[in-house]
Amino acid sequence: MSWETVIGLEIHAQLATRSKIFSGSSTAYGAEPNTQANLVDLGYPGVLPVLNTDAVRLAVKFGLAIGAQIAPRSVFARKNYFYPDLPKGYQISQYELPIVQAGSLQIRLPDGSLKTVGITRAHLEEDAGKSLHENLQGASGIDLNRAGTPLLEIVSEPDMRSPVEAATYMRTIHQLVRYLGICDGNMQEGSFRCDANVSVRPQGQQELGTRAELKNLNSFRFVEKAIEFEVERQIDLLEAGGEVVQETRLYDADRDETRSMRSKEEANDYRYFPDPDLLPIVLDEAFIAEVREELPELPEAKRARFIADYGLREDDVDILVASRPLADYFEAVAGTVKDDPKLAANWVVGELSGALNRDGVDIDASRVPPHALGELLLRIKDGTVSGKLAKEVFEAMWAGEGGADEIIDSKGLKQITDTGAIEKIVDEVLAANAAQVQQYRDGNQKVLGFFVGQVMKASQGKANPRQVNEILRKKLS
Amino acid sequence: MPTARPTIAELAGQLAAGDTSSRELTEATLARIEAADADLNAFINVCAEAALAEADAADARRARGEAGPLTGVPFAHKDIFCTRGVTTTCGSHMLENFVPPYDATVVARLKDAGLVTVGKTNMDEFAMGSSNETSYFGAVRNPWDTACTPGGSSGGSAAAVAAGLVPAATGTDTGGSIRQPAALTGVTGLKPTYGRVSRFGMIAFASSLDQAGVLALTAEDAALVLQAMAGFDPHDSTSTDAPVADYAASLNNELKGKRIGVPGEFFDAGLDPACEQAVRGALAEFEQLGASVVDVSLPHLGLSVPTYYIVAPAEASSNLSRFDGLRFGHRAAGAETLEELYKKTRQEGFGAEVKRRIMTGTYVLSAGYYDAYYLKAQQTRQLIADDFRQAFETVDLIAGPTTPTPAFRLGEKTDDPVQMYLNDIYTIGVNLAGLPGISVPCGFADNLPVGLQLIGPHFGESVVLNFAHQYQQATDWHQQVPGDAP
Repeated sequence: MSWETVIGLEIHAQLATRSKIFSGSSTAYGAEPNTQANLVDLGYPGVLPVLNTDAVRLAVKFGLAIGAQIAPRSVFARKNYFYPDLPKGYQISQYELPIVQAGSLQIRLPDGSLKTVGITRAHLEEDAGKSLHENLQGASGIDLNRAGTPLLEIVSEPDMRSPVEAATYMRTIHQLVRYLGICDGNMQEGSFRCDANVSVRPQGQQELGTRAELKNLNSFRFVEKAIEFEVERQIDLLEAGGEVVQETRLYDADRDETRSMRSKEEANDYRYFPDPDLLPIVLDEAFIAEVREELPELPEAKRARFIADYGLREDDVDILVASRPLADYFEAVAGTVKDDPKLAANWVVGELSGALNRDGVDIDASRVPPHALGELLLRIKDGTVSGKLAKEVFEAMWAGEGGADEIIDSKGLKQITDTGAIEKIVDEVLAANAAQVQQYRDGNQKVLGFFVGQVMKASQGKANPRQVNEILRKKLS
Repeated sequence: MPTARPTIAELAGQLAAGDTSSRELTEATLARIEAADADLNAFINVCAEAALAEADAADARRARGEAGPLTGVPFAHKDIFCTRGVTTTCGSHMLENFVPPYDATVVARLKDAGLVTVGKTNMDEFAMGSSNETSYFGAVRNPWDTACTPGGSSGGSAAAVAAGLVPAATGTDTGGSIRQPAALTGVTGLKPTYGRVSRFGMIAFASSLDQAGVLALTAEDAALVLQAMAGFDPHDSTSTDAPVADYAASLNNELKGKRIGVPGEFFDAGLDPACEQAVRGALAEFEQLGASVVDVSLPHLGLSVPTYYIVAPAEASSNLSRFDGLRFGHRAAGAETLEELYKKTRQEGFGAEVKRRIMTGTYVLSAGYYDAYYLKAQQTRQLIADDFRQAFETVDLIAGPTTPTPAFRLGEKTDDPVQMYLNDIYTIGVNLAGLPGISVPCGFADNLPVGLQLIGPHFGESVVLNFAHQYQQATDWHQQVPGDAP
């Protein structure tokens, strides 16, 4: 039998507000445990939540970006369960009336095809704290710094049909939230997390199979691998005559497998009800229009523009628009170079990205700012430095040795364009290689490359290769 | 029992005239509590030292010419309000040793006004009860008859004011917890409109119903205290930013031409005949004052008690989840696992009534029962609120009894929760509709005080205070003192 995989994702994106969703505590990552938890975060008797309206604005921004309905009235609800890192014994979330309803997102699969994924809803909620079990001599610690951090939970329709589609969707959401500036997307710090609902069904069957919810998928690769494992597990189970049970399963990246965490029977009854401490969020058209004005150019629009306006190759564009800062960087370089966006793209995708990756530096912190790279490219364009030596100049710029002109001067990397000087070197090379000269004259054109190499070597790479070619041909003819 | 119970207005006059000092008043108050409270058990905690320091500060403030109308007057807070550095128990073993690191907004505002807090008053555990018998710290006794309950849950505040220990005290009212004990102890008890007074720092029972208010000897005093308590609080999203009226300014408005609606539903078979007689007498008094009395109907009022006993426990079951022994309050010893710690802590920390309501609330919110109970209760709540709204289209005020009977005996209803719940049958609808209400003494039944309930439209605190004050200008029921023959 052939099987169809059905996947839906729930993504938790931490909203980039300065303070928490219901208290004035800072949301900054990495502070000493429990130093960013005030009485509201600790759930002290008598305290009350007060909504941070910045979180609302960011959620609306997301909703508008996926063409969703922004609920004119949405309601916070309490999700009740006991856990040590949940101070109030309930999480404030949205249940029946989420702020963002019925949107969709187009994803571009690795084979270049497009697919639209439905987004059922996105709702605001507070994060829980963290339980710490390490280095505490068998005891458990609770860090409530994260408790009350605003989250947007983005729930997709079960529209994905393969692990690759799921990972692509997750990447596209990740790209989008960063474009919108609503989430820093940092997966190591838990700012962007994902759960997957996975089921299989016989090809052609309408009814969905029983699903398992996979937790702890904190990288794009893990999402793909965990789903791959899970699909195989479910198919094996079904083909052996077994049944899939509805349960929550934890992905173990070290063993590359999923393990049962709790079954449906053990699941909490969350006893959702509207939170009486908070008023409904009521949004008017004017507010929504105001947020719409703040929307940046979105990735797909940017992609289309880069292809149309700059005439770039699609695969280069995909790299450039992957993140907004990289795209902005490219545009700044292209603006300096003016008439050669392809050169700018080659350098941003090539040397610059290489250096960033090699040294683990963020584009925002690039040691070569865009205008400096632009200056270097202008020096290639005007023949001051060869494309090859420009790479050496770039490395020196990256090492902080100065601007392009300064380095070209100090390292003596200026291209030799003086015809007389090049002719002199050519003459020397030809004189020293009489046998090869003869070969060339006997009709072996390939030897020209040898001479070019020798001349470049003799000029320490500085001779203008176009001129070298011309002069060699002239002298050998 | 003392026979002199000076009002806030009288004490403020004496302080302003320099006839007494806050220290003198506070020392006398502490002495009265010392003498009388062994019988009454109205206080869970008396903070003599802090009170005297506050009194001295009030006297100094007066000397600087910065005193307000409440500065230096002794006062008490129901032990549900968080008081910085002062134990706040909420009447529960769970919080027996809980010392809040902050002041409730109500506490902070009244402190700013210069009231001197002499102690924290006894209450039903987590405000769940109508007789003060669910308090972990023992029942409060009614100053009119110490074999009787003072009502609840603000029973300590009511008894303390009735006995003249303090001229006024805060209370909270979720289903009648200010008005019912005020009625049963013969004092004036005001529950403002939901949202008029901040809930921040008031330990939550049922968040959509809880409202802070005041128990005092007169409507005039209640107006003075409300003036200092009321107003928007950025820490409470459900508090309203509607402007706060000048409550004293309208106290003396004439009632001529005003219309009082009397719901037939308040005069049902459960109403004690002597109570009915007292309430009818009060209505006649209002007619004497120029108001007209007309019939109105609140057809869904009968749904109040069942609606309340779904909504309030549902919210309570969630609100009380934070008492898990991990961060504050009681923590059970000897638990081996997390689950055991939760279970033992809550088993030991909560009393029977609190557990009953947590279980009821958990049940009505459960998957499969939510629609039948909680959702249905939200609908009936709306019907009850609509009834009141319609009635207020034709009348200025709604009046009736506060309770079906006068004070009952301690232990009389403890084995029958439904009988206990029915004591709030006339007050609960007002909470469900979020309206302001006041109970004022209007006579006696079996030598025990009877309360008249006056209900206003939303933010109609001025209206109920005006009616209550005019009534008190014309009658002296509120001046009857326990121990004296009525």
